Amino acid sequence: MDKARIDALKDKAFDIRCSTIRCISSFGSGHIGGSMSIVEILTYLYYKEMNVDSSDPKKEDRDRLVVSKGHAGPAVYATLASKGFFPEDWLKTLNQGGTKLPSHCDMTKTPGIDFTGGSLGQGFSAAVGIALGQRVKKISARTFTIIGDGESQEGQIWEAAEAAGAWKLDNLFAFLDLNGQQLDGYTKDIIPQVHIPQRWASFGWDVHEINGHDFNEIEKAIEDAKSVSGMPHMIVMNTIKSYGYIPGEGIKGNHSMPITPEGAEEAIKALAEREGRV
Amino acid sequence: MKDAHVFSHYKEAVIGAVVDLAAEHPEIVFLDADLSSCIGSTTFQKNYPDRFFNCGIAEANMVGVAAGLASVGLVPFIHSFGCFASRRDYDQLFISVGYTHQTVHVIGSDPGITAQYNGGTHMPFEDIALMRQIPGLVIVEPSDAQSLYELTQQVYANGHSSYIRTPRKGICFRYTPEDKIELGKGIELRDGKDVAIIATGALMVDAALAAADMLKEKGIDATVVDLHTIRPLDTELIERVASKTGHVLVCENGRYAGGVGEMIAGHLVQVNPVKMGFVNVGERFGEVGNLKYLSGAFGFTAEGVAAKAEELLGK
Repeated sequence: MDKARIDALKDKAFDIRCSTIRCISSFGSGHIGGSMSIVEILTYLYYKEMNVDSSDPKKEDRDRLVVSKGHAGPAVYATLASKGFFPEDWLKTLNQGGTKLPSHCDMTKTPGIDFTGGSLGQGFSAAVGIALGQRVKKISARTFTIIGDGESQEGQIWEAAEAAGAWKLDNLFAFLDLNGQQLDGYTKDIIPQVHIPQRWASFGWDVHEINGHDFNEIEKAIEDAKSVSGMPHMIVMNTIKSYGYIPGEGIKGNHSMPITPEGAEEAIKALAEREGRV
Repeated sequence: MKDAHVFSHYKEAVIGAVVDLAAEHPEIVFLDADLSSCIGSTTFQKNYPDRFFNCGIAEANMVGVAAGLASVGLVPFIHSFGCFASRRDYDQLFISVGYTHQTVHVIGSDPGITAQYNGGTHMPFEDIALMRQIPGLVIVEPSDAQSLYELTQQVYANGHSSYIRTPRKGICFRYTPEDKIELGKGIELRDGKDVAIIATGALMVDAALAAADMLKEKGIDATVVDLHTIRPLDTELIERVASKTGHVLVCENGRYAGGVGEMIAGHLVQVNPVKMGFVNVGERFGEVGNLKYLSGAFGFTAEGVAAKAEELLGK
């Protein structure tokens, strides 16, 4: 990828990070860690890869994204708003009574959300069903899905992995947000997720492992995956929980954090300085 | 309407209804969880191999996959034994199907003691209660092959998710294709002034009718209702038979808590409280045995129902 395209994607990711932080700060707290770790993949999918139309969010032949780790809603909402699925003002309504932007992604409330997350593991099965349905209906579209490493402790993830492998769903592209942390702490201290690429390969998946914050690696993995037929695709993304919200980086309790509007602006200023934007 | 006499078992009637629908509706797909040879969904697979998916022994994933299929405009029918189709995959039914407003039709086979030789682990007594917690979900428990065939087709036409509670083995014919069978409308099989026996499913409707014969010999006139649709509840019929008799006995092959009896009591207490009695499994778990043994053990017999009716009437 040339530098201009990378810089454009980085600029967009920076904007989405700022919107995500401000979105959470408007409520006062929220799932900052798991939101910030998937900003690059959201940016790439919506600005480079997916066939979606914000003016027709339910068009039948669209590519679909299921964020099975539904608590990353704020980052998804920031991305959808930037793409014009709904007004940016909505981001200030997170979790307020009557909002269209609940803490966990909800297909019945938010334009652009293709399936509901929140009860971990369930979105992944739905993504398998959507990819299967696209095949049954002979729709030439793809299903993308993002799952968490903590979420992968759910047995349902592996039930779905088995089925997708058995059904050879090569229109299914899954991304594992391997940030090493979950609500109670570090995944390695709770139920370690080991031999991850090997596990997915053994379930019949085409597996790639990348730095999930590097657009070049994201693009290469997706393009490589597209060339593999007859298998669903798993792109294991090594990420940093809370990446870009600096007060949350490298600490244990960053799953959900309180953020004030003033704290949000300070964090955004610090991020801009780190990225050389000031 | 097709005459259900072409079928030899309940399972053929319910699957036959889906197969016949699928001929007209290409959006119908079928999912099973390694029990396709038990229910006979292999017939669907044979007719529509590209629309049948065996999800293996993974009921939670089957429900999630069904919800995903529904979200792209397909209409899944899914099957497992009732115990697994309700208890095992409940959060998936509640969230991925109910909460998301997807339409999925669940066939839960071998309800209550009809699980027989699979024993207590396979006996769903709580399935109705669980399904009742999912807003909008339709629940049917037909009492013969004809109504099973017709109501399976009607829940599809209705458009809301449904739970079809049916035994697999055996068969009985209570209705003909000319009889009016309408989703949401119970059928008054006997008209009596002293007590209304409301029953769901073939086992309990048969016991209720036989009990009515026994009661007749004792000078007690019983109304008997086949409540083939548990939800939505036919409140007009319930209120009418309650007013007529002043005594309502509800017979269900399951548990009281959250079940049919509690549902009817919860309605009548608001509009016309009458004396009520209940035939159900009480606080027991299931156990293994044939249907004759189990019916006796749980009181799901003519004698058991008649005795409850007499007790209700203070005889």
